[in-house]
Amino acid sequence: MKTASILMILGSILLFALFFLPMWNIRLGAPQYPGPLGIDIYINGLKGENEFDIQNIDGLNHYIGMKTLPKPDDMWEFSVFPKVVGGMAVLGIIIGFLGLIDKIPAFWFLLWFVAMSTLGIAGIYDFNLWLVDYGSDLDPNAIMKLVSPDGTPMQYNPPLIGHKKLLNFDAYSYPRLGGILMGLGMTLTLVAFFLGRKPVTKTKV
Amino acid sequence: MKTNIISVNILFLGLAVLLLACGGSDKGSNGALGSSIAEKVYVAPGERDEQYAFLSGGYSGNLTVYGLPSGRMFKEIPVFSQFPTSGYGYSEETKPMLNTSFGFIPWDDLHHPDISQTNGELDGRWIFANGNNTPRIARISLSTFETEEIIEVPNSAGNHSSSFITENTEYVVAGTRFSVPVPQKDISISEYKENFKGALTFIAVDQEHGHMDIKFQILMPGFNYDLSHPGRGKSHGWFFFSTYNTEEANTLLEVNASQNDKDFIAAINWKMIEEYVNNGGGTKMATNYAHNVYDESTHSATSTMKKEVLTVNPMDVPGAIYFLPTPKSPHGCDVDPSGQYIIGAGKLSANITVHSFDKMLAAIEAKKFDGDAYGIPILNYDDILAGSVQSGGLGPLHTEFDGRGNAYTTFFISSEVVKWKLGTWEVVDRKPTFYSVGHLMIPGGNSRKPHGKYLVAMNKITKDRYLPTGPEMEHSAQIYDISGEKMELLYDFPTHGEPHYAAGANADLIVNNSKKIYRLNENNHPYGIRNPGDARIERKGNEVHIYMSTIRSHFTPDNIEGIKVGDKVYFHITNHEQDFDVPHGFAMIGQGTSELLVMPGQTKTSLWEPKRVGVWPFYCTDFCSALHQEMQGYIRVSPANSNIELSWSLDE
Repeated sequence: MKTASILMILGSILLFALFFLPMWNIRLGAPQYPGPLGIDIYINGLKGENEFDIQNIDGLNHYIGMKTLPKPDDMWEFSVFPKVVGGMAVLGIIIGFLGLIDKIPAFWFLLWFVAMSTLGIAGIYDFNLWLVDYGSDLDPNAIMKLVSPDGTPMQYNPPLIGHKKLLNFDAYSYPRLGGILMGLGMTLTLVAFFLGRKPVTKTKV
Repeated sequence: MKTNIISVNILFLGLAVLLLACGGSDKGSNGALGSSIAEKVYVAPGERDEQYAFLSGGYSGNLTVYGLPSGRMFKEIPVFSQFPTSGYGYSEETKPMLNTSFGFIPWDDLHHPDISQTNGELDGRWIFANGNNTPRIARISLSTFETEEIIEVPNSAGNHSSSFITENTEYVVAGTRFSVPVPQKDISISEYKENFKGALTFIAVDQEHGHMDIKFQILMPGFNYDLSHPGRGKSHGWFFFSTYNTEEANTLLEVNASQNDKDFIAAINWKMIEEYVNNGGGTKMATNYAHNVYDESTHSATSTMKKEVLTVNPMDVPGAIYFLPTPKSPHGCDVDPSGQYIIGAGKLSANITVHSFDKMLAAIEAKKFDGDAYGIPILNYDDILAGSVQSGGLGPLHTEFDGRGNAYTTFFISSEVVKWKLGTWEVVDRKPTFYSVGHLMIPGGNSRKPHGKYLVAMNKITKDRYLPTGPEMEHSAQIYDISGEKMELLYDFPTHGEPHYAAGANADLIVNNSKKIYRLNENNHPYGIRNPGDARIERKGNEVHIYMSTIRSHFTPDNIEGIKVGDKVYFHITNHEQDFDVPHGFAMIGQGTSELLVMPGQTKTSLWEPKRVGVWPFYCTDFCSALHQEMQGYIRVSPANSNIELSWSLDE
């Protein structure tokens, strides 16, 4: 149980990485952008991979009538996410600590994992809603009004994960180090549950 | 960005890198067989050259940037000449760059580029170049590749033995080719002897910003000071100038200046003179010369007239200057990477004279002099001679070095490059040039550490090398591979203007400092605007200032009324892009100057004086985007006595 609890604490601490490192990243490469433009998505806002990437993406997006990329104040998510992540991390550490002093069983680790996973899936769902809205809610007076082969207005939302071709751009969407560390942390808490599930025997130590 | 890009798309990039790596090694192994010369200069699409070469443009007044080994031209940097492509010398901001004591001089003859050094090695901060005609020295930034500073050289005429730098860029040195009365006065030309002086000017370089300031001028006898080079390593602290016309002829020089069997190389202990000056030595002389400085933050140049220069009479610093007799009107005056050998190329000779720095010091120590010229001791030719290269060619001009103990000298008359060994003076190889080679350049070949892989020969005569283009043709240059024992001719390419010298460096010394944009939030141009909301028009009498911004793909404002015939309209254009390689241009119908090409984050100003009533368009001259053709605007010009108020708008 000791090892398990320490893993639970470590896994929870890893969530704090999201306060310093980007969770996700979207990159846009094109023939005239051999060094692609990139957006790093943090839990509290968007940041260009290079200083002027956001400005330059907005500049390009104005041709298709897209809204400018959201500032932290434009989306409630950017103020709520840090609270949720911070809260869950603290909660996980407390649970781990209580496990360490044998006040609660490892089942609580699983409960935390399920709760965090639920929140995570909700977050991804919300993220996807934003992508779709952003890519389809276009200015009717846009400079370029393109239609898909089926005749419907073209949508420009980048993929949730993976690669998608958007006109001359190749869009890539992948987790970054913050997101990877969060995944690793959550995995650790799940491992903690499986380790802590059985009573610890002396020979195992 | 550089490091981040790689992390995520490892799969894609990894695969690409693997493919490229395979391609690269195949290419290398073929090259190693020596079977394909073409592959040695082939830089595949998307790949980049190994080295930069900065070729002087001679009478174009500009500097051209090439890649080696491909011979591809990347940029023409305007230095001493107006350049309508960018608006240099036409825009209000850059007009002061071409100011001189003779007024606005829109042209010069750019000769000898030299890259800044630290400890005798290229450091890639700046490149200096001389204007030969109206004596000037320019400093060009190697982060923006723009001319940042021009200083006029007073008391000089035909600024030819310039602009060579000392091994820590302490000084950029400018010597006069034509001796003139100093100070200038109204006397008979026949009074040349005794009355004319040759000014050798040492311009101190501020190490932080590169700013130039004339420290002192040595007023030498009235010879012609042709070329120069700094001592390096053991001879650091000395500077060497070749001379001709020690006969002091003032007419038909081709005959009268070719009478002495030997002219001189002047060896100048500048450290000694510097100390003399620092201790209060020298004479202040009233004069008048321009010092023009471009400020990257205001994107504007200012010109200041300076009124005084510190002159030094050689007689007042005994022991600082000696003459080294050198046969046959020497032209090139080059110093090997160790600083031991001073090479004088007697341009009417078959042989190359090599002086020994150690022997020179020993002769000075022993006071073994062979008379003097105007009080300056002349050393014995035989005492200081290290060796003479029996070249077998005719008309040696310039020598560069590969850092492996070899020297390469151009021969104008016999039209060839000759490779010879320092120390043994034996000729190792010779290759023809096409035709009549003047200068040659090995990147870093004028430093302690040459990057000795390629040699570029710059020729004066082209004839049949390319498809004919009428009587006037660009000059030709050849690239040789000098990595082996024998030189190998690789490639032939045309150059722009007339290169009189070049400087080159490994690309990695320069690439990472090259700017991509100017930061808009650091734009301190007095008429620049950082937000399109600040776009406006102000009238002061008949002067109208338009604060205008550009971003893909519109001007703010683009409809302007209230301009009158007789106004002086200043368009101050700020480019709001912060994206690499997205300039916007500006052209106005009837503009009496050139267009402007405004880089991201930059502000440039064009003056327009409307002469006719009507509605006149302006537009962006750089194909900036898919909607570049839509990037335009109108200005209504009313009669001089009209009451129409100034107004401006965008999308109203």
